[in-house]
Parts: sequence; structure tokens; C-alpha cells
Amino acid sequence: MAESHAHDAHAHDHHEEGWFKKYFWSTDHKMIAKQYLLTGMLLGAVGAYFAYVFRMQLAFPNKPVPGYGLVTGADYNALITNHGAVMIFWVAMPVLIAAFGNFLIPLMIGCDDMVFPRLNRLSYQIFLVSAIVLGASFLVEGGAFGGAWTAYPPLSAKAEYNLTPLGPSLWLIAVALEFVAFLLGGINFVTTAMNSRAPGMKAFDIPMAVWMIVIASILFMASVGPLIAGAFMLLFDQLLGTGFFDPDRGGDPVLWQHLFWFFGHPEVYVVLLPALGFVAEIITTFSRKKLFAYKTVLYTTIGTGVLSFFVWAHHQFIAGIDPRMANVFTVTTVLISIPIAEMCFVYIATLYGGSIRFAVPMLWALAFIAEFLVGGVTGIYLGASGADIYFHDTYFVVAHFHYTFFPIAIIGTFSGVTYWYPKMFGRHMNELWNKVHFWITIVGFNGIFIPLFMLGASGDHRRIFDYSNFPELATPELQQLRVFATVSLLVMLAIQPVFLINFFYSMFKGKKAEANPWNANTLEWQCPSPPPHGNFAVLPEVYRGPYEFSAPDRADDFWPQNSPT
Amino acid sequence: MVKPIATLRSATGVPTGRLAVWWVIASEIVIFGGLLGAYLLHRLGHPEWATYASHTNTWAGAFNTLVLLSSSLSAVLAHNAAEKGNGARAANLLLVTCVGALTFLVVKGFEWTHEIQEGFTITANGFWSFYYCAAGLHGLHVIAGAIIMLFVAADARKNQELQRVELIGIYWHFVDLVWIFLFPLLYIAK
Repeated sequence: MAESHAHDAHAHDHHEEGWFKKYFWSTDHKMIAKQYLLTGMLLGAVGAYFAYVFRMQLAFPNKPVPGYGLVTGADYNALITNHGAVMIFWVAMPVLIAAFGNFLIPLMIGCDDMVFPRLNRLSYQIFLVSAIVLGASFLVEGGAFGGAWTAYPPLSAKAEYNLTPLGPSLWLIAVALEFVAFLLGGINFVTTAMNSRAPGMKAFDIPMAVWMIVIASILFMASVGPLIAGAFMLLFDQLLGTGFFDPDRGGDPVLWQHLFWFFGHPEVYVVLLPALGFVAEIITTFSRKKLFAYKTVLYTTIGTGVLSFFVWAHHQFIAGIDPRMANVFTVTTVLISIPIAEMCFVYIATLYGGSIRFAVPMLWALAFIAEFLVGGVTGIYLGASGADIYFHDTYFVVAHFHYTFFPIAIIGTFSGVTYWYPKMFGRHMNELWNKVHFWITIVGFNGIFIPLFMLGASGDHRRIFDYSNFPELATPELQQLRVFATVSLLVMLAIQPVFLINFFYSMFKGKKAEANPWNANTLEWQCPSPPPHGNFAVLPEVYRGPYEFSAPDRADDFWPQNSPT
Repeated sequence: MVKPIATLRSATGVPTGRLAVWWVIASEIVIFGGLLGAYLLHRLGHPEWATYASHTNTWAGAFNTLVLLSSSLSAVLAHNAAEKGNGARAANLLLVTCVGALTFLVVKGFEWTHEIQEGFTITANGFWSFYYCAAGLHGLHVIAGAIIMLFVAADARKNQELQRVELIGIYWHFVDLVWIFLFPLLYIAK
């Protein structure tokens, strides 16, 4: 009774909103999700532009890049630094966790909003400010920070070394603000998922996407603290002249590396888990099968999360850490490939015997499994400290983490966007153009990074902006591979406008979508597309798990979670 | 603003506000944990920091410990009053807690002024850098806690949102607890 009353009042609010209140000052979780999604996509374009400029410099050194001009060494450093930072902190995080977390959690657990709607709005606004501060760092004296996205001191700490007196500080402030935004968001996500589930939804009835986003938020909360402390210590080193990371004054530069990677490695899983969650939703829906071993997936995820706190020093094998410590971290690092491999097997087992339909989201989900596998397998070479001494700081490392991050941030995002687009905007995207976009993106991606594996194995060092000064690396064979990678990037970038046009055109002109176009079971498909303010006309109750496909005694091959019979 | 139904539900049985405060505290523990962990490792590697630490004023620190612990008592009494529905009394007790916070900050102000005049600034050496960072971060939490408490007290006086008296109390105990770690690490260990 009380619930339905509050609900009416809520729906009433909606009609009095003006344009500003609706699109910018909204506390509605779906609008905040769209704000995060569009901001993330815009910054994704920025990060892609950076990659375009520095890849052109590598393939065609010291020739003016169309749309940029001549790339200096300092420009190059600023571009690679901010490409990494933007893609991880301002694209992967806001899109995978914040946009999808905001959109999916209340809908999938069957309630009307987040538990703290105003905190949610504040989280986006702080995120927006952080993006603006990052942009501002390009406009200050000396230009943007160019000390790599890992910001190792002493290079990041002293203006005498990096020659950018203001860029590093603005960069650090932007990153710290971004962390605050996601801490607020994460507390909201976890509390909402714990407390606001529909009546009847027990722990094992929660869709995997929600579990994954929640576990990712907890991992983020548990790992980011030391880096927030470290960010302020580094800021004081830069601005006040303290010596936290300065060995001449009793500090220790390796301390930064510990603080950074104690966060940095769990961060990989923070962005990986939501993508794994989307894949679980999609492959069950498009193979019409129950998720194989739901509880195993869940426990494996939690195990991965715990283990991810004990692998960070594999980033520091050549930083001068004790070799005995390197042995321990080699073991933990190789161990963490077990749960991830298990996850891939479980997904493949889900597909086995299903009636598979290659819809666009399914293509992306399958590509995710295939491509991420390459990233995972090459990680074993780097996790073994002996091999890592050779591979460290080569393009092999660059190719490896792009084979993990590209499936996560780009393929994962495309799978999620194409799957939930009908729910978000109430219309369908054009399937043919989406398939064209899919194939060219995937082929282009492999064309970029397979040559980089070969370059890295040939000893190509990743921090060089003009190889003509290094005769042993400036051979025609190696240069051909660099050109191949860059041309592949150009092909991949050239197809992205097709997706963007499809995305925005379909928002207004696409085929209208019904409430449950994929015949899926989870609760977000049981409300109208797009969901109105307050989401559900009658708040649902839950009777079963999320993946009850092809139940033997039913006429339909799906069985919505809220259907009593 | 009307609260969404999501806010009113409680699948765990723990009220949503309290659950969220515990998560805030969990994330704060990691922030302070990172800073203090870094300090401890440095301190173990630099025995000479003990001589720098001998310049801190243990008595001022001890007095501030007493002040903070007493202010926690009034926060508990405020919670007790709020439970009984006595908003005005809860508001007054929260104001007493705020006076404790203010006293703490004034003592800190005198301490820091004296230390800076002696030349022990944040750049003097590693110990003093950690000292000002850790105590400063804690001080920011004291200030933030006191400001939130003023808002909660204003609501409580009108008998609104009385559950928040407990929530700010939980947070305040956490701020106390951090100081209980800082005091021995920065003042007593010499």
C-alpha cells in the first residue's frame, strides 16, 4: 500500500520537469545512465583520435599527420599518456560500470530507481568535472602530462624532468575526482543491489550482470583507497616539494608503483567483470539455454576478485623488487588464469547444444570470448618473471593488454549497447549495418595488434616515438609491421561513424521495439521499452532464476522471472 | 523530493542508510590503510625518524584523544534520544559533539602553528610529511563530520530524518577510531 502511494507521487513529479531538469539535472537512473554512456562515447572518440595521431607518427615518422600536424616528442608522450588514461578511466569505467550499472541494476532487480538518486546525480556531475579538468590540462603552460598513464615518479614528480609544470597536477586531480565519482556510484550500486531487490529475488536469482557490476564495485572500493592516498602524496611532491617518492630525501619511488598497482591490477577485473556479465546475459538469451553452472560462475568471480589483490607486483618484476617476492607473484599471477579460463569454459558449455541465433549482440559476445582468450593466454608469458624480463616494456605487453582491454571496453560495450538498445530507446538499430560494423571492427582490431605481438617479440620498445634513431629497430621488415598496424587502425576507425549514425538515427527513426524483443527472462524486459519514470506499472515479484530457457513442459522457450506460472 | 521505493526497501534487514554508511567506512578504511601502511613501512626503514617524532607534543595529542572520545559519548547519547523520538534533545547533543570537534581543531591549530614556527614544516623530512598528511586527512574528516552533523541536527530539531542521528554517529565513531591509530603512531612512538 505504502509502496503504490509513493509510486504515484513519483510519476506525478515527472510531468512538471523542464528540459534542463529532464536532461541535465535528472535523478532518474536511466537518464544518468545515458549521460554516462554519451559522455563515455564522446571521450572514447577523443581517445581514439589520440591513438590515430601517435600511430600515424610511428608508421610515417616526422610527416605531418592529417588533422593534427607535426608530432613532437612531447606531443607524442602526452598523447600516449592520455590515450591510456582516457580509455581506462573515462571510457571503460563510465560506460561499463556507471552507464550499464545505472541502467541495469534497478531494472534487473525490479525496483523504481537507485536507493540514493541525488547521490547518483552528484556522481555523474563530479565525473563530468573530472573530464573537464583533464581537458584543461591540455591548455596549460607546458601542455598535458606525458609521463605514461602509470605516472611513475620521479618523472611524474619533478617539473625539471617532465617539463610540464602544471599538466601532471591537473591530471592527478582529474583522476582523483574520477575516483570520488565512482566511489559514490559504487556505494549506491552495492546498497541498491543488497537492499532493493524485488520480493522473492534471492541471491541466486540475481542476473549475472548485476552480480558482476556489484562485485566490480566492491573490488574498486577495496583497491582504490591506497591510490587516492598516493595521488595526494604525489600531488604534494609536485606542488609543495615533499619527498615521499624522492630517494634523496628518504622517500621511495617504488612505493608509488606498489600503491598504483595495488589498485591497477584489481582495476583490470573491475572493468572485466561487467563485460563478462553482459556476455552471460547475451549468450543465454541467444542460445536459449540455462547458464551452465550459475553458482560456479559466481564463486569463481568472487575468487578472482580476492586473488586479484595478490598479483599486483607482476608489473614490477624489473623495478628492483626482491626476486623471492617476484617468485610469489609469478605463482599468484599464473593462478588467476585458472578462474578466468573456467569462466570461458562455462560460457562455451552454455553454448553447447543450444539453438544459437547469430544476432548482433551474440556476435559481439562470441567475439569477446575468442579475443579475450588471446589476451589471457599471452598474459601467461608476462606473468612468468623470467619471460617478463625479456618482454617488459615491449610492444608484446602493449598487444597483450589491448587484447584484454579492447574486448572488455569496446567489444563488451558494443555487446551491451546492441543488446539493451531496444530497452534504452524503445527502437531497434539497423541489423545489417551493425553486422558490417562488427566484422570490420573485429578484423581491424586483429590487424592492429597481431603485428604488435610480432614487433614486441622482435624487441620493439614501447616508449620510442621515432625509430630512425635506433638502427636495429628501424629495419624495413619492422617498419612494414608498424605500417600494417596503423593502416588496420585507420580501417577500424573509418567504420565507426557507421555505428554512430546507426545509433543516433535509430533513436528517432528505428523500428519500434516491443517490451521483450529477444524473449529474455530478466525483469528489465518485463517493463515497457523505453521504461517510463518509475520503471514498472506494478512492481514485479520474482518466482525463479534468470536463465530458465527451454523448460521442458512449457509452450514458450522462455520463462520470465516475474511470471507466477 | 519524494524518496523512491528502492530507498524504502530492505532486503537485508539493515536499513539502507546504515548499510551505505558502512560501505563509506569500508572505503575510508582502505584510504587510511594505504597511507598508514606506507608510513609504517617507511618508519621501519628509517630508525632516525624516532628523533623527529620526539618533537611532537604528546600532551596535546592526549588531550585531543580525550576530547574526541568524549564527543563520541555525546553522539551516542544523541542516538539514544533520537531512538526515543526526542529530536530536540538529539539536536542539542549533536551540537555538543560539534563543540568537541571544534576544540579538537583549535588544539590542532595551536600545535601546528608551534611546530611550523620551529621549522618542522611538511617539507622538513619524511616523518613530518607523513605527519601533516595523515593528521591533515583526519582533520578534514573531522571538519566534514561536524558540518554534516549541523545539517542532521537542524533536521532532528524539527523531528525529521531522526534515523540520520545514528548514521552520523557511526561515522563519528569511525573518525575517532582513526585518531586512536594516529595518536600512537605519530605521537607516542618515539
